[in-house]
Amino acid sequence: MPSAVENTATGAASDTTPVKPPFESWGRYPVYNADLRSIHWQDQFPRVIDGVHHGALPVGMGRSYGDVCLLKDGTLVCTTGMNRLLSFDPVTGVLTAEAGITLAQILDFAVPHGYFLPVTPGTKYVTLGGAIANDIHGKNHHVAGTFGCHVPQFELVRSDGARIVCSPTSNQELYSATIGGLGLTGMITWAQLRLKRIVSREIEYEGIQFHGIDEFLDLTTQSQNVEYTVSWIDVTSTGKNFARGIFMQGEHVQIPGELKPSRPPKLTFPFELPGWVLNGASVGLFNTLYFNKQMKQRATSLVDYEPFFYPLDAVLKWNKMYGKRGLLQFQYAIPWEHAREGTIAILHEVAKSGLASFLAVLKVFGDVPSPGMMSFPKPGITLALDFPIKPEKSFALFDRLAEMTYEFGGRLYPAKDARMTAAQFQAFYPQWQRFARYKDPALTSSFWERVVGGQGFMQ
Amino acid sequence: MSAPIEPSSNPEGNAVPQAVAEQKRILVLGATSGIAEACIRLWAGQGDHLFLVARNAGRLAAVAADARTRGAGYVGTAVADLDRTEHHADLLAHAVNSLGGLDVAYLALGVLGDQSRAERNFAEAAQIAHTNYIAPVSILTWLANYCAQRRSGTIAVLSSVAGDRGRKSNYVYGSSKAALTAFVDGLRNRIDREGVRVMTIKPGPVKTSMTERMEKYKTFADVDKVAATIVKAIDRGQDIVYVPGDWRLKMAIVRAIPEVLFKKLNL
Repeated sequence: MPSAVENTATGAASDTTPVKPPFESWGRYPVYNADLRSIHWQDQFPRVIDGVHHGALPVGMGRSYGDVCLLKDGTLVCTTGMNRLLSFDPVTGVLTAEAGITLAQILDFAVPHGYFLPVTPGTKYVTLGGAIANDIHGKNHHVAGTFGCHVPQFELVRSDGARIVCSPTSNQELYSATIGGLGLTGMITWAQLRLKRIVSREIEYEGIQFHGIDEFLDLTTQSQNVEYTVSWIDVTSTGKNFARGIFMQGEHVQIPGELKPSRPPKLTFPFELPGWVLNGASVGLFNTLYFNKQMKQRATSLVDYEPFFYPLDAVLKWNKMYGKRGLLQFQYAIPWEHAREGTIAILHEVAKSGLASFLAVLKVFGDVPSPGMMSFPKPGITLALDFPIKPEKSFALFDRLAEMTYEFGGRLYPAKDARMTAAQFQAFYPQWQRFARYKDPALTSSFWERVVGGQGFMQ
Repeated sequence: MSAPIEPSSNPEGNAVPQAVAEQKRILVLGATSGIAEACIRLWAGQGDHLFLVARNAGRLAAVAADARTRGAGYVGTAVADLDRTEHHADLLAHAVNSLGGLDVAYLALGVLGDQSRAERNFAEAAQIAHTNYIAPVSILTWLANYCAQRRSGTIAVLSSVAGDRGRKSNYVYGSSKAALTAFVDGLRNRIDREGVRVMTIKPGPVKTSMTERMEKYKTFADVDKVAATIVKAIDRGQDIVYVPGDWRLKMAIVRAIPEVLFKKLNL
């Protein structure tokens, strides 16, 4: 007699979940219909995409901003149910887990054991697989490199059913293509992550006000051995307040403290703000208040890692603040050669446009190389900006900024992009054709279709 | 919970687990079901000793690896199709021997089935009834006698609010759970006085792989919260557990609707 204990449907057809509402990326732009299928077990891929006609894409929490996690009219394979821990070595700190586990779930396990993520982005609500696929970076990029630098191996399942263990020494090319490979090389079933030791939840924090890019660069040089550095920057002010900001740095506290797991957040952003609320005046006011929140030029304190790394995670669904139309992110990396002039020119362009952005983050990328073929960071300056979407104005500005980024020898971050053109992408990432050789023929994304002009799918 | 096993009772110091007072020996039947797995994660984190049974070897291995990583004091597994009632006695004896006794037996086997297919096809309905009722009856008969003989243990059975009243949208599944509920309630009446806790757990709709294709999935309860409630209730040995708790009231209302009206509703 069949099934006694299995509730999970294993056939492809019955795995289908109609998507209502559509699976959204974090920027909530663009919005595409897709067929969403959830998987909970490693054995469900590639069977879950049997008979799919318009391509498929593995996705996680949908925290990338643009369309790297979308596939118009295709099939999205949601991996968040596949989230088991598989092994942990308390001596070396190497954790093996299924790829749909979130960094939040990893922290819940690791922190009480005295371990922390080797690299973390500004949200812990991303999956392990997504962190690899976007080769994410954090406030310690200048000393630790990208997330992929801490992933000694993982298993990839291809659409033909082949299961391939990839590491720097075995299937090296596929390993390299998958790190930063935007989920296009196959589905990661499990991955190893080298965690790092901590003895306390607390971070020794210092915030320092700066005025202008030169002061920012001086602070960066002085703090090059500090583990975490990042800056908030006011991109609305001009004149004497141009490019003022707060340089924020931190280190894990070395005095043993309590290593409790975190409490889940209680706040959810309750509704979509109307589009007019975030305007030049309100954001300018916010920026002035935020800059002056820190009364002294320098302020130090001990803070828990949650508000230090994940200030926005305290409010679930904060992206609804940007209203129905969603938000655009813009993040460049410009190499040192033109980093200073490029950053100043772009900041002027943003300030001139009057388009609001209060989540503006400035950071220096270090020179630790990523194993990822398509990895975004490179040594120099990176700036990340949010814009509420106002179709005529923000798209035009965005396109101007992308052109400027190109002229200064920089590139844009696919995980935060919904606008770059095929020509721009191919110039930013000239290695894309080599990467395309490792792409799984059954997988694609709206991003990929956009930036390689359809050459990527079923090639 | 039974007395702890003294380390001296196992002089070779081999694979037999050594439970200490706070660590329970727990048998989970249907260990790859969504609610069961969420409970297993909590028990593993407390260092409890687990014996896990499921049909799919690869999936069971993943659940077991997760439990070991989270700190379970011991994890034993058996791959078994629990529809095969003729194997139950051997399987259960092996499980309790591996655990060195039994503090909690947790029955999570069950299928949702396909209501519309079951309306047309008796084989589908019979399959649902077999997996959700007949197989648990076989398991519970063995476990009840084992625990009653030792005058200890907790038997926790996952039934469903769907068993509280038959509705057109899922009465085949619901009736199998209604039968199970009645069996478990009766079993409690028989062996509670012999020192065995028998629990009827009735979850409302929960977000698991079993329900994710349902229309109102987004409104369903979070599986981790449901598991936390169940684990706590098992510690207390509560008789009947509705989870989330508001389903006790919701189902009281559903049961109170007069049949003349109820039969015309679309539920």
